[in-house]
Amino acid sequence: MLFYILRRLASAISVVIVTLIASFALFFLAPTDPAGVICGNRCTPERIEAINDSLGLDEPAITQIGLYMKGIVVGRTYTTAGGVVTECPAPCLGYSYTLGQPVTKMLADALPVTLSIVLGGAVVYFGVGVLTGTLAAKNRGSTMDKVAVGTSLLVNSVPYFVVALLVALYATVFPPAQYTPLLTNPWAWASGLLAAWMTLGLTNAASYTRYSRASMIETLGQDYIRTARSKGISERRVVYRHGVRAGLTPVVTILGLDVAFQLTNAIFTESIFGLPGLGLLSIRAFYQYDLPVLMGTVLLGSVVLVLMNLVVDIVYTFLDPRVRLG
Amino acid sequence: MSDQTVRAPQTVARTPRARSADEQAYLEVSDLHVHFPTQDGVVKAVQGLSYSLPLGRTLAIVGESGSGKSVSSMAVMGLHDRKSTKITGSIKVGGKEIVGMSERAMMSFRGADAAMIFQDPQSSLHPYFTIGDQIMESYRSHNRTSKKAAKERAIEMLDRVGIPNPKRRVDQYPHEFSGGMRQRAMIAMALVNDPKLLIADEPTTALDVTVQAQILDLIADLQRDFGSAVVFITHDLGVVAEIADDILVMYAGNAVEHGPVDKILGSPLHPYTWGLLESIPAVSGTPGPLHPIPGSPPSLLAMPSGCSFNPRCEFRERVKDDLCRTLRPDLIARTADTGRASRCHLHDPDRVFEAEVLPRLP
Repeated sequence: MLFYILRRLASAISVVIVTLIASFALFFLAPTDPAGVICGNRCTPERIEAINDSLGLDEPAITQIGLYMKGIVVGRTYTTAGGVVTECPAPCLGYSYTLGQPVTKMLADALPVTLSIVLGGAVVYFGVGVLTGTLAAKNRGSTMDKVAVGTSLLVNSVPYFVVALLVALYATVFPPAQYTPLLTNPWAWASGLLAAWMTLGLTNAASYTRYSRASMIETLGQDYIRTARSKGISERRVVYRHGVRAGLTPVVTILGLDVAFQLTNAIFTESIFGLPGLGLLSIRAFYQYDLPVLMGTVLLGSVVLVLMNLVVDIVYTFLDPRVRLG
Repeated sequence: MSDQTVRAPQTVARTPRARSADEQAYLEVSDLHVHFPTQDGVVKAVQGLSYSLPLGRTLAIVGESGSGKSVSSMAVMGLHDRKSTKITGSIKVGGKEIVGMSERAMMSFRGADAAMIFQDPQSSLHPYFTIGDQIMESYRSHNRTSKKAAKERAIEMLDRVGIPNPKRRVDQYPHEFSGGMRQRAMIAMALVNDPKLLIADEPTTALDVTVQAQILDLIADLQRDFGSAVVFITHDLGVVAEIADDILVMYAGNAVEHGPVDKILGSPLHPYTWGLLESIPAVSGTPGPLHPIPGSPPSLLAMPSGCSFNPRCEFRERVKDDLCRTLRPDLIARTADTGRASRCHLHDPDRVFEAEVLPRLP
């Protein structure tokens, strides 16, 4: 098991490194003009050169990547033309061109916001989806089943950002969206994120209703469910112990990968509700050519994705005794 | 195939235990109908089935797929979905009426008074629970005991069905068992509450032949020890000869022949039973062509009028007035032997069998 995790971590790291190189090539070697962005409108060529020099942008691409990676591992020192030395401790992802803040700190501030939204939303959509899906499967063909399937199709066919926009504009029942750290005030944390959770949760619940319904219908038709019934246990126990245990295992796998994927949806959620998470950060960086910040969000996103994959595989060994790692 | 499954069955049919007149039926099925209403019409899977079975005896129900063997046995266990199944008639197990029984009463009946062993132990055991958990659940749902006591009972049962090292095996998952061991575990689970009625639905079909023989021996052994009534569903006449006291031959949702095993395999009275015997290949002697039953079973949505077997029956012209096509025969004694019944209009089936069918049996 330990060996397996180590091996998977090694492969995870290599995936992240490839992502890093690819996105570095895309962003930094693209015909952009970071020094111009930093310097502003009235700028002398000398000043631009000085900026390029202090950020290492005049170095060859391969050296730049090397410096960037070195910064992540051991930290990095920037020296401006005026001789001002700035220490950027590991993991150093550089400084925002527009705000001058260390990217690491910006990411560290934004990550809890995004995680709060994504995980809170996941609780809502997994809970609602699995519950309605299981009930629909159990009462297959009933009015309740038809309503659940119809609603989920309807919800799924409306683009997510439209729903989020409508909620943000018209759903005045929710407290205004804002972010308060969980540890500062749990109540304010929850009420400020409620609108985002509900939007993210209810739209995605539609998919989970269908995943769990399909999986539960298949499971409830299995021979071992008939065996369970023949033992003389209650139908409730048959469905919720024997059925759910087997039927929801594949749905949990989807959930793990989905949580990582929802980081993309966070761009919409955070932009529409004005929550200062990774999505908002990356959108702002994108429009402002703030390459270090953009690079940082991409890198963090890939780390989360790879980690979630690993977590899913490990969790699966606990859920399905037939799966052995090694 | 091993020789025990393909030997001409009439040569090995064991002599059934004599049936004493005062034996009381533990399982009594009378005029059972099981219908499934569907969009295409009503599927009449079982139509007026009646039979009875005392404790200590084994009844083999044989017939093609779709003849209603499994459906009628599932009805005995109350395993049909109440919403999509219409069951009429009567099923009495130990005096209790099963048809129309409340779900609550059904829960205490299932697994305690009657238990079932299924065809494929691989798919019939829950893949995510240990063998011990599954046996314990069955035990604890009918007995108020501690987990520890239930586990001891599970170990005891695994030991009883011949699983080596049961203390270790009890904590393993089904995928860690071989096919035969899984079926033994299924049997242990079915018998954990000492049910008086055991229904085995093709329990050896998914197993390889050497294991088949062991499982059959085990079931026979356990039946002797527990004195239970066993309904054994199969389409393997070799297995029937090994294990059964009585045979019920089913065709298109009904019994067409019923009687002691040696009589039915030795001198059957129904053309359908003749066809079944003729379809078994011989392993010794000169291999000749098989003589299978022509055609296929009728649709359960649109049954033929008269005898349900008449479209496939080569002897129907022997019956006067086209009776086979117009009148459904009753399941009654056709010969002097009253211990057996057949559903056929032929007035001399024993002579027809001896003169025409017996010579061409493989």
